Amino acid sequence: MAAYQLQINGKKINAEAASDMPLLWVIRDIVGLKGTKYGCGIAQCGACTIHIDGSPVRSCQIPISTLSKKAKITTIEGIGETELHAIQEAWIEEQVPQCGYCQSGQIMSAVALLKDNPQPTDEEIIASMNGNLCRCGTYSRIHQGIKKAAIALKEGASSSSNDK
Amino acid sequence: MKHSANSRRFFIKTSALAGVGLVIGLPKLQGEALKSITKNLPPEFINLEINPFIIIRTDGSITLINPRPDMGQGSMQAAPSLLAEELEVSLEKVTIIQSDGQSKYGSQQSGGSSTVRGLWYPLRKAGAAAKEMLIQVAASRWATSTDLCFAKDATIYLKDSDKSFSYGELAEDAAKLPVPKNPKLKNPADFTLLGKYNKRLDIPSKVTGKAVFGIDIEVPGMVYACIQHSPTIHASIISVDDTQTLLVKDVQKVIRCKRTMPHRQSDAVAVVASTWWAAQKGRSLLNVKWDEGQLALTQTTDAYFQKAYEAAKKEGVRHEEKGDFLAKFNSASAKLEAVYETPFLAHAPIEPECAVVHYKEDGTAEIWAHVQGPDGGLADAARFLGIDQDKIKFHVPLLGGSFGRKAYHDYLSEACFLAKELKKPVKVLWTREDDITQGPYRPGMLSRVQGMVSNGKLTGFHHHAIGESIVGQVFNGLKPDEADPWLSGELSTENNQYQFPVSKVSWTHVKTDIPIVWWRSVYASNFGWGQECFIDELAHLAGKDPLEARLAILKDERFRKVLETLAEKANWKEKLPAGKGKGLAIFASFGSISACCITVSTSGKGIIIEKAVSVIDCGHYVNPDNVVAQTQGNIVMGISAAIKDGITFSNGKCDQTNYHEYQVLRMNETPEMEVHIIQSGAEPGGVGEPGLPPVAPALGNAIFAATGIRLRKLPIDISSIS
Repeated sequence: MAAYQLQINGKKINAEAASDMPLLWVIRDIVGLKGTKYGCGIAQCGACTIHIDGSPVRSCQIPISTLSKKAKITTIEGIGETELHAIQEAWIEEQVPQCGYCQSGQIMSAVALLKDNPQPTDEEIIASMNGNLCRCGTYSRIHQGIKKAAIALKEGASSSSNDK
Repeated sequence: MKHSANSRRFFIKTSALAGVGLVIGLPKLQGEALKSITKNLPPEFINLEINPFIIIRTDGSITLINPRPDMGQGSMQAAPSLLAEELEVSLEKVTIIQSDGQSKYGSQQSGGSSTVRGLWYPLRKAGAAAKEMLIQVAASRWATSTDLCFAKDATIYLKDSDKSFSYGELAEDAAKLPVPKNPKLKNPADFTLLGKYNKRLDIPSKVTGKAVFGIDIEVPGMVYACIQHSPTIHASIISVDDTQTLLVKDVQKVIRCKRTMPHRQSDAVAVVASTWWAAQKGRSLLNVKWDEGQLALTQTTDAYFQKAYEAAKKEGVRHEEKGDFLAKFNSASAKLEAVYETPFLAHAPIEPECAVVHYKEDGTAEIWAHVQGPDGGLADAARFLGIDQDKIKFHVPLLGGSFGRKAYHDYLSEACFLAKELKKPVKVLWTREDDITQGPYRPGMLSRVQGMVSNGKLTGFHHHAIGESIVGQVFNGLKPDEADPWLSGELSTENNQYQFPVSKVSWTHVKTDIPIVWWRSVYASNFGWGQECFIDELAHLAGKDPLEARLAILKDERFRKVLETLAEKANWKEKLPAGKGKGLAIFASFGSISACCITVSTSGKGIIIEKAVSVIDCGHYVNPDNVVAQTQGNIVMGISAAIKDGITFSNGKCDQTNYHEYQVLRMNETPEMEVHIIQSGAEPGGVGEPGLPPVAPALGNAIFAATGIRLRKLPIDISSIS
């Protein structure tokens, strides 16, 4: 057992955990943020996707002891805290989730994609999202949601630049 | 799950609760039984429970109860919409909660695509009866006729006046009135909610991570358990060495426990710890000696299918027959016979099996379990714990997918077993490996099919279903030489409307100890493949276009409309270049008719699935967008079942362990999809499952159209076909 200080969603959080405990279980069962999901434990399904310093990672694969002290962790609870992210808005607009279980991971992957690549092509969307499984089969709506969010972000950016 | 579409319909007035309450929708309950219903409710609820599904408080706030757990099929919207339509309330302004298994809610099983078709009348009547009672009170206060009053937005208005009462103001007096036995239901033409596009209100919580699934339940003092299951089917434990396990920090205990399946128990070992991670790490360090017994030697999927193919050489037990099929087949000059195969499949919902059980010192229990049926879950938990149902408080959180799996309560049995030992709350969570290797699975099945043609027309069809019986294994309910009664649901003439001069459905039971259970669309997911590919084979034998050949033997107008709409929407008649092909299939199940057309092309790297168009006639429905979503999901799951991994067993052990070996469809493999809904206005049918059965045969037929290769065994490795 060791004490770790984590930065999660902009907050400093102290967590005591076994050094080999994957970040997924630290986040869920020690910190108590349940939005990040367990699906496979071997980085095959993407349900546990979070951001470390803005990049999407599979939290089931990161023992807490290997995490850099400066790492900034973002979970689904840190997305759209004050105002929903364009991806979340698009997910509602497109009525993407069915059971919803994989959607935290899907959204984390999609948010990271648009941050790096605000206008992705269809192929780029598939390449970025292919690691996230959805057994309900919401893929076409996820794809459509990302395209909608990309347009919304572009329009939002141009209207805010017009404001200036 | 198999269930009658007719849910219980009781509308019996009972005596007033605490002098002023009223319950509609209950069987006759008096005295203690009545008190038991109300005792757990907060005081403000007691007086105003208009019926089990509708609770109105004096402040006007309204709670609607959804009796069917939501596993992604949209019941959290669908069921309350049935109430709200007739009660004239807006879903945005009410609270919706999940039922808890108590018998007053009737059947609560999400299964057999039964939510809307089973509740279409009962819940609408419950809403309409409550509305009529509220109107009566308002009319009496205004000393006027009920005809001059109308309900809108949780308010009763007096026509041509500014007078109104909120439901909250009326509920207490309304509860004193007799319950109308046959409340007037709205004409579908007047629906404002049913059949209309409405956004699902559960979705915002599913995009912010706030939705609470079974795996998310945490209660004070809770410990976690990770369970070492039998590595081969039903092995028994010789010894357990837990020395290394108990050295793991946070591991508290190792307990030999039982996994109770409906038909038998299996040995298991639970590692209990203060974190699940520690429990599963401790489990990995267990040294368990298993006696694998005979099953490890005999139980392989190869051996099972070998027996099944042997059975396909003989006649089976007759299930139903029109004319003398065999005589006609033997004398026919143009005929075909083939055997189609479907594999065992895992449900593999992304949320694995999980349950939290707290068995208390006083002999009562509280349970949080993502079961498909709260009533069945409660009954099983009572049996597992050995206590009465009324000693258990049962909660059903959201299901992170299920597809039939979570209606099988083995994981709940383990949590109950451990809770009784531990006397503190325990969360059992299966690993993905447990989910894939332990089953139960969709059974692999064979369809032996025979048919003949004459003068360009299909004149006979025999579907001989061969394999393990769910009724037989799970419920131990199939007599020797009895045809599986579930064939009635999948292959009966009601579901298969082809008008053959002679036809037959028969059955051979091939047993296996590989645990099996219902999987999305149950046997329809198996038999659609054999039926609809073979109809194509017969069409080609008859020299006919597969669409025309089907229409020539379909009289039923709804079936014809579905096929004709599909042909139009999928541009069936379009001329395709060489190397491209379209295939179609139609199959009815769970009260709905669904057809699918798939377009494929060949490339140097195998088959590419370009597009899938589905048409569904599900009669009346709640939300067209949800019908589309479910049908899209069925296309994805149907293609996954057709081209991705099946489950195989060698030496009594599952060969697949996780999503890398049991691969399911990903985004890059998902074709462009189109879904069209037929506005038939017929009685509601199912939506969650009927879209799946025609998908695989549409693909098989498309591959034949593109390549001339007739595939009869699933799964198909599309990368190897060109």
